[in-house]
Amino acid sequence: MSAATAAQDHPRGAVAVSVEDVSRVFGGSGGAVTALDQVDLTVAAGEFVSLIGPSGCGKSTLLRLVADLDRPTSGSISVFGRTPEQARLAHDYGIAFQQAGLLPWRTVRANVELPLALHGVGKGGRRERAGHLLDLVGLADFGDHFPDQLSGGMQQRVAIARAIAEEPSLLLMDEPFGALDEMTRERLQVELVRLCAQTRAAVVFVTHSIPEAVFLSDRVVVMSARPGRIQEVVDIGLGRGTEREEGLREDTSYFESVTRVREALHGGSGAGATVRGAELR
Amino acid sequence: MRRRLADLGLGVAALLGVAATWELYKLLGPEQGWSVREVRVLPRTTDLAMPHVWEMLGRLPEPLTGAPGAVPLWVAVLQASGFSLAVALVSWVLGVVVGFCFAVGMQRFALVEAAVLPLVVLSQTVPLIALAPLVKGWGGRVEIGGFAWQGWMSVAVIASYLAFFPVAVGALRGLQSPDSIHRELMRAYGAGWWSTLVRLRLPASVPYVLPAIRLAGANAVVGTIVAEVSTGLPGGVGRMILEFANFASSDPAKPWAPLLGAVLLGLLVAGLVSLVGLPLGRYRRAEVTA
Ligand SMILES: Nc1ncnc2c1ncn2[C@@H]1O[C@H](COP(=O)(O)OP(=O)(O)OP(=O)(O)O)[C@@H](O)[C@H]1O
Ligand SMILES: [Mg+2]
Repeated sequence: MSAATAAQDHPRGAVAVSVEDVSRVFGGSGGAVTALDQVDLTVAAGEFVSLIGPSGCGKSTLLRLVADLDRPTSGSISVFGRTPEQARLAHDYGIAFQQAGLLPWRTVRANVELPLALHGVGKGGRRERAGHLLDLVGLADFGDHFPDQLSGGMQQRVAIARAIAEEPSLLLMDEPFGALDEMTRERLQVELVRLCAQTRAAVVFVTHSIPEAVFLSDRVVVMSARPGRIQEVVDIGLGRGTEREEGLREDTSYFESVTRVREALHGGSGAGATVRGAELR
Repeated sequence: MRRRLADLGLGVAALLGVAATWELYKLLGPEQGWSVREVRVLPRTTDLAMPHVWEMLGRLPEPLTGAPGAVPLWVAVLQASGFSLAVALVSWVLGVVVGFCFAVGMQRFALVEAAVLPLVVLSQTVPLIALAPLVKGWGGRVEIGGFAWQGWMSVAVIASYLAFFPVAVGALRGLQSPDSIHRELMRAYGAGWWSTLVRLRLPASVPYVLPAIRLAGANAVVGTIVAEVSTGLPGGVGRMILEFANFASSDPAKPWAPLLGAVLLGLLVAGLVSLVGLPLGRYRRAEVTA
């Protein structure tokens, strides 16, 4: 499955992810925890959607349900019109977590090639693709290094290259920049926006940072905790791809959006109260 | 290379240390040893009980027996050690393969782990001596076509019974070692059990398996010698230890020669097994944290 066909399969307006009335209850010894309560969300093909909210509001849980790493207690989820399991087995999505999760015994190049190798791409094709991807994330000279020879930010870039290796039409990312310093983080944000514009992938992106969510997203989904619910969906509308450059961070429309998301977050926990777990930078 | 040499130097120093301790005790220890009531807790230091190290070494070039044409003692010991080495290696391979199969089976099916792991642990409490006649008896009845059960096969089976244990336990831990992040990654790629085993679990198990197969090597040597003694198999170091014990009074340095052979055997097997780790360096890289 190449990028071009993937994007053509799902023209704009098509639905990438549809979450309907989904609840997830974890039954523990200390009583049941409702991580998600009747959540509805639709992500269009090619759309960048961020999930933000206080710690424990179910962002990761929602992402894991879409990725079929967990099953909902009730409600239904579809990914490009299929069940999450079918989508997973069809390699419809790429995924990246807060930790890079590279295999320490594989070189950087072999790590990027892993999903391709698992899905039967030939050796030549893998090499070529990995070379291209490493170029893209600025690690062309590090293909033969091992993960423990890279900095945290470089590892995370490898993980992102691995996530987009098969040019998936959906990217699921759970705080992929969470462990990085601010400078690396902003540079990777620009790279990610550019990559997504190129591959026209839909993205569901979990973050704790309001500026990050605003800079990256078409829409920001603000969630509230206990039980995890969608509180508000903020449309950002700052344009796509090349329109989002470093300069955007100093634009007034950007600040307005930051304020709107911040207010939406505050609204959920009572006026003026601090939002647990969310950075208000 | 430099580290290799340093390791070798340390090994030689350790051997010299053992010899020095031996001589020091012989020099300072009481002639009749030291007993608490009837039980002797420290050995006698007479030349009969504890010959000098140089006497043991000096005995090696002398002929095995007084009979004309007898080979030197060291040749006989080396021959016996070579025989035992072959048996120990066979039992090591057998133990590693069987142990690994157990580990993979236990990893695959939780039910198997729950059922088999306690038995595996329990199996090691059965003394080898009790097992030997059983295996020998079963083996004697095996005859398939042109294949006839040989005595050394019983020894190899008994020794592998000791060798498989650390491999089964170590490999199981190694196969179960990958973090949830890596397991979920494989799941997200739609990788089945087999690809997850090959791409993730096996490579991740290497740091656990290498020490396990080293232990298995030591167990194979001990198991081979003990099994040779208890099944009475001629040709190996075990039987030689038994035979030469009769010369304790007439030729006190002689019984120590096969012990030197056993030490040599252990060192050789340890060396051979550690060669297995050499091409696997990349799988021993420190787990990355970020
Ligand atoms: N495997 C699990 N078993 C039991 N409870 C769980 C499990 N996973 C999550 N939870 C609970 O579900 C709730 C939501 O967890 P989740 O990880 O989705 O939060 P989050 O929004 O990602 O938080 P954070 O921002 O801190 O990552 C929490 O209250 C958590 O305790
Ligand atoms: Mg989370």
